[in-house]
Amino acid sequence: MVEAWLVIVVIAPVLSAAVAGASQHGRMAEYANLVAAAVCLIASLWLVVHFDGARTFINDYVLFDALGAWTLVCTCVVYCLASIYAVGYMRLLREEEARLPGFYALFSLFAATMICGPLMNNIGVYWIAIELTTLVSTFLVGFDRGQEAIEAAWKYIIVVSAGISLALLGTVIFYWAGSLVLGPTYDMTWETLRHAAPRMSPALTQTAFLLVLVGYGTKAGLAPMHTWLPDAHSEGPAPVSAMLSGALLNTAMLGVARFLTITDAASGSLLPRTVLVAFGAFSLFVATLFIVRQQGIKRLMAYSSVEHMGVLALGLGFGGPLAIAAVLYHMLNHSLNKSLMFFGAGNVMRVYGTKDIDAIHGVWSRFPVTGALWIAGAVAITGAPPFGLFLSELALMRAGFATPNAWAVIVLLLLLIVIFIGFLNHFRTMYFDTQRPTAASVPVTSGVNVSTWMTLPMWLALLPVFVLGIWWPQELWRFFETVAADLGGGMR
Amino acid sequence: MLLAHLSPLAASLFSLLAIGSLLLAFVMLGSHWLKDYLLAFMAESWLIAILSGAVGYYGNYHELYLVAVLTAFFRGLVLPYLIWRIIARLSVERELHVTLQPSSCLVLGAFLVLFAFVVSNHLGNSLGLGGTVVVLALTVMLSMKLIGFLMLAVRQEAISQVLGLLVLENGIFLGSQILVPGMPLLIELVLLFDLLVIVVSFGVLVRYLVAHVGSTSSRELRRLVG
Repeated sequence: MVEAWLVIVVIAPVLSAAVAGASQHGRMAEYANLVAAAVCLIASLWLVVHFDGARTFINDYVLFDALGAWTLVCTCVVYCLASIYAVGYMRLLREEEARLPGFYALFSLFAATMICGPLMNNIGVYWIAIELTTLVSTFLVGFDRGQEAIEAAWKYIIVVSAGISLALLGTVIFYWAGSLVLGPTYDMTWETLRHAAPRMSPALTQTAFLLVLVGYGTKAGLAPMHTWLPDAHSEGPAPVSAMLSGALLNTAMLGVARFLTITDAASGSLLPRTVLVAFGAFSLFVATLFIVRQQGIKRLMAYSSVEHMGVLALGLGFGGPLAIAAVLYHMLNHSLNKSLMFFGAGNVMRVYGTKDIDAIHGVWSRFPVTGALWIAGAVAITGAPPFGLFLSELALMRAGFATPNAWAVIVLLLLLIVIFIGFLNHFRTMYFDTQRPTAASVPVTSGVNVSTWMTLPMWLALLPVFVLGIWWPQELWRFFETVAADLGGGMR
Repeated sequence: MLLAHLSPLAASLFSLLAIGSLLLAFVMLGSHWLKDYLLAFMAESWLIAILSGAVGYYGNYHELYLVAVLTAFFRGLVLPYLIWRIIARLSVERELHVTLQPSSCLVLGAFLVLFAFVVSNHLGNSLGLGGTVVVLALTVMLSMKLIGFLMLAVRQEAISQVLGLLVLENGIFLGSQILVPGMPLLIELVLLFDLLVIVVSFGVLVRYLVAHVGSTSSRELRRLVG
């Protein structure tokens, strides 16, 4: 059964891409993508609910383990929400009607590459899957073909390709370190390397891990390698931004987590974890600076993604079952919540015809429903109760205090408070500040209606974040414990 | 392990090829004509192909012959041809704005090689392999990596940046031929294919740059900040 569902979850978006590419018909492509997204979500949920131990398929090239399953769910949730939203959003871009099949073909293909990434058991193939996500999504980022969009796409592909080539170097060195133990030719799977790790050279594995961390860290948007992220996230169409932020960053984080496990097994040293924590703290710091003084609405969301990837990096760096559980919970909550934020930003952008925070005003009176959902999301994303991110961040801090890197918890706490104030201050000006002189002079694009397609996914994202904020299911704890055990119980 | 008992002839052949590739990276660093970059990259790929063949011969990895042929064909012919086509379509023949003079680049490159050597020597000693071809392979791998990054940083033409990325790739590929010749064939094949896809994507993007930005210099790409 597991095989069947896994095949479905991979094949569905590929089929949808084929249909969209072949049909040359916007509506057909749209619905094919929607169906594929729904199928993927159902399949991934089935896979997690019926998860009963890690398995490998196709000569050990495919690995289905707890961590992979969880990342898969996060990806499919965002894919499904973004597909619903894309229907409404892309229909507003009337001039792009003819290019819709191409858009949906790339969109499904992007989803397919992100679904494949976490399932790859071979560290080389995993690298290739991550590289493919870049190549496909570059064209989604540059879909608009405006000067800014092409600039963003170019920066994206250059910075990320250069960064991820470091991950390839790290991968080769990991393989080399393994070959000194296992002989020249062996299957370069996560499991093999982890078993061989205690006999591998600590100096070599640590060097390799640092390279891999910088490499996949670039893809995950950790500062100071995050420079492509705000551009790509702000210039792509809103559904693409949601996919980049909610799904793509996680699939790269997964690589960091898995390599960290191998490095832990190779050397008891704290160094790799401290470096990871430092990257996380620095990401938070950079994100804080840019959030407070941000002027673009989607760039604000993008820096919030840098912030949350920093939080994930901190959690992984802390290690231990509680931190791992917090990281996984945070991953899902962030995926849901960040999708909601980008959807809201997309709606506001379309209606006001600008990305500039200063030009947006009176959101609440203009659309009460979207506005309410969006501001609830804003409260949630800054980590306020009663939403999911509050619980995950709280758990993460509790875990962090028990580790040698407890200083990072203090940093996290302080920066989160600044972010809370800075982030919500932008929302205050957009929602309530009607006294400014510019307020009346900015024309509002008329004739743009926010359709149900564009508000429904916001509901679908907010409700789970709220439910997860008041109820952390017992079953999830058990599932997270499995993941933590797979990751070697974190730090010993 | 292959490297532990290499004949002196094989070791010096490997070293020669690796050093040759490194020198070609310096050729790229010291010029600002796009054609020079391309030719140097091509020659570098051929050297790496010969290296693959040599490692296959001396180490009895017969599948490396296939890798050598494919490397020569794809990295040595197809990729340069694709990039040459892009260059031919552009009106740009050289780097117009020099951030850093080629001579300064060379000096900086030399320091990067020193740094790479220090790191590799340290790693080699920690493995008890100090003074062998391993240290050299690691040095060349890391140096080409750093030189590629230097090129990315100081060159502004889109083509130079693409070639900078390909130098990064070549460095890894070269190192992996010597350090891990037993790497599964499938991975190497997929990597080659991946490279092809990358270059094609870049080709499309460069076309967009010309059509929508009107320039292929990253100096013009400075709208998105903050």
